[in-house]
Amino acid sequence: MQTDALKAKSAQLYRDLLTQLSAIHIDHLERKWIAISILIITLLVGIITIDALFHGINPPSKVETIDSASLHLSKEFAEENLGVQTDDNGNIVVRMVAGRYSFFPKHIDVPAETPITFRWVSMDVLHGVHIPMTNMSTMIVPGYVAEITTSFPKPGEYPLLCNEYCGLGHNHMWSNISVIEKEQWTAKQNAPASAPKGGSANE
Amino acid sequence: MNNAAEKKLALSHLWVAFAAFIVACFMGEYQVLERSGLFPSLESPTVYFASVSTHGVLMAFVLTTFFIMGFGYYIASTSLKQPVWNKPLAWGGFWLALIGVVLAALPLLSGKASVLYTFYPPIVAHAAFYIGATLLVVGSWVWCLIMLVMFTQWKKANPGQNVPLAMFATAANALLWLWASAGVALEVLFQLIPFSLGWIDTIDPGLAKTLFAWTLHPIVYFWLIPTYTAFYVFVPKQAGGFLFSDEMARLAFVVLVVFALPIGFHHLYMDPEQAKGWKLLHGIGTFVVALPTLVTGFTVIASLEIAGRLRGGKGLFGWIGTLPWTNPMVLAVILALLMLIFGGFGGIVNASYAMNAMIHNTAWVPGHFHLIFAGTTVIMYLAIAYYLWPILVGKPLFSNSMALVQLWTWFIGMSVLTTPWHVLGLLGQPRRISTVVYNNLLTLSWKPYELMMILGGLILLGSACLFIYNLVKTQLTPLVGEFTAEIEYAEPIHAVGVLPEYLNDLKLWNKVIAVLMAISFGYPILQFFFMKTFGSSVWGY
Repeated sequence: MQTDALKAKSAQLYRDLLTQLSAIHIDHLERKWIAISILIITLLVGIITIDALFHGINPPSKVETIDSASLHLSKEFAEENLGVQTDDNGNIVVRMVAGRYSFFPKHIDVPAETPITFRWVSMDVLHGVHIPMTNMSTMIVPGYVAEITTSFPKPGEYPLLCNEYCGLGHNHMWSNISVIEKEQWTAKQNAPASAPKGGSANE
Repeated sequence: MNNAAEKKLALSHLWVAFAAFIVACFMGEYQVLERSGLFPSLESPTVYFASVSTHGVLMAFVLTTFFIMGFGYYIASTSLKQPVWNKPLAWGGFWLALIGVVLAALPLLSGKASVLYTFYPPIVAHAAFYIGATLLVVGSWVWCLIMLVMFTQWKKANPGQNVPLAMFATAANALLWLWASAGVALEVLFQLIPFSLGWIDTIDPGLAKTLFAWTLHPIVYFWLIPTYTAFYVFVPKQAGGFLFSDEMARLAFVVLVVFALPIGFHHLYMDPEQAKGWKLLHGIGTFVVALPTLVTGFTVIASLEIAGRLRGGKGLFGWIGTLPWTNPMVLAVILALLMLIFGGFGGIVNASYAMNAMIHNTAWVPGHFHLIFAGTTVIMYLAIAYYLWPILVGKPLFSNSMALVQLWTWFIGMSVLTTPWHVLGLLGQPRRISTVVYNNLLTLSWKPYELMMILGGLILLGSACLFIYNLVKTQLTPLVGEFTAEIEYAEPIHAVGVLPEYLNDLKLWNKVIAVLMAISFGYPILQFFFMKTFGSSVWGY
């Protein structure tokens, strides 16, 4: 039978491998050290894999393309749609455009302790954005939408910094984000006289 | 052995490497000074980014490539005890690479290629920069070819014998580099050169970053392998002992070469153009490649312990004191391992998804790679130079004590430079900024660390000057009396029997690499041709 021959062949290959492996001298202390090393690595890989698969801890990885050259013509990233918005399901979505040398809108208010989905696009070159002391970090690659969902536990004023070289003015590329108490934020949103929903672009 | 031609070949390569090194050291110190904001007259983003781009290219591509080539030629001819195969070709590779460096240096120094050493499009440099870099890589391919031919010829001429460990590692590195450089070669040939010459209007920055990530991880192992080679084949002998295990050394090199390749996406964790499953796969591979480093640490420390005990060291730690701390190679390996422990810890943070988000592209990252590259890797390049120079020029080292001072100050300078650099990253400072202009209270906490970095850079610059001075004096001081020194390879403590073919040849591993690369890069690259993508047009900077 074909399968028997195959079985015999793979068994032979397996035996060969074992003889080859046992042919080399490995000190018993070295064996122990290798076992410990493999254990450490398995532990670290295990934590990351479990977090990724069961707790949804993943880096921003939504492979979604967009034409960076005509953002102003796109519906989603037209100027009036930028900034903080609450969608029909009550989710908070922040749409931001990165361009040399600023993030637009220049200033946004978001509530603390609330999941917020950021959607970042570039209108020119490669940028990166990080809010120091938080895990709101992503690269912004022209031609792609970088989407990341996170929440900010601590209210406060945070800078929003470009962290990928984007030209000679790279260090001038920054703006601000205010993380405010949830109740305060909701009250502000409901007050008619407050800033327009999209935030202000001329701050 | 009369190998004057090999000595000249090696020496020429090493001088180009260290000339690039000393120029780049001066630039490094200028950069910390400029960035601190203490000297307003120094501040100029144009000069700063031209300098950072040149510093990165000189250190990461010129120092390393020329060092590895020169070191490899000499290792091959001395360990196999045969002349370098096809020396005219080897010199051709040398001149090709050198012309490439000069061609790339022109736009770099004149501010026409301030795209940093990662040259991420759609920002575009002068075409001469990419063409020069390509010539450098093609020159290094010549070296790879010669190493693999010598490896194969020796095996054919010596059937049933084990390839010397030093040559096994060097040939493995040549194989690694051929695979590693293919990614960036594809990016440069099909995207960047046509793009910079205006032959194509748009390119996909996502594809470019993916191809660059292919090269970006294994290239650091290309740089590291000469350091590990010295750990295994020079250090035990210099310390007065034996190599703990020849077989484990080979196994470590094999795992290093195979698993360094399919894991580049840890550089793309925060990128939107690759999906999370691929990132996780590459992330797991990244941890696997820590294994050969852990094994190397064990073998090197065990070899040092053998030496220490042979020299009369007693007790649990007594052998450390009896090691020959005045031997530059031994001192360097101890300092290199210390930096590797801290650098490795930082590397685990980088490799871990969740923690990576906190430090991605912050000052932590250059802090990390300066510690592990400029620290662990380069300190061994320096120690190898101290070891090889007397052999290559046929004169004793000008000053051993100066070499020891130099190695200590390199270690101290690197600690003073990289510790605050890591802290700055944790405090949120982005990498690659020329000055701090953010109108935010957070930046006040950055100041003291930036000042400390200036001091660290200054110590390193002084140390680098001592290094060059020592080499020049060694070469130029007239020889009094007679001097002969030959390269000495460490013997393993257990004699090695006939090795199985998988530890004595690279063909099997080449196939394994091909399969792993197809799995980990196949779809992620092909996806760009399947989905609707939008290219970017050319941007200046």
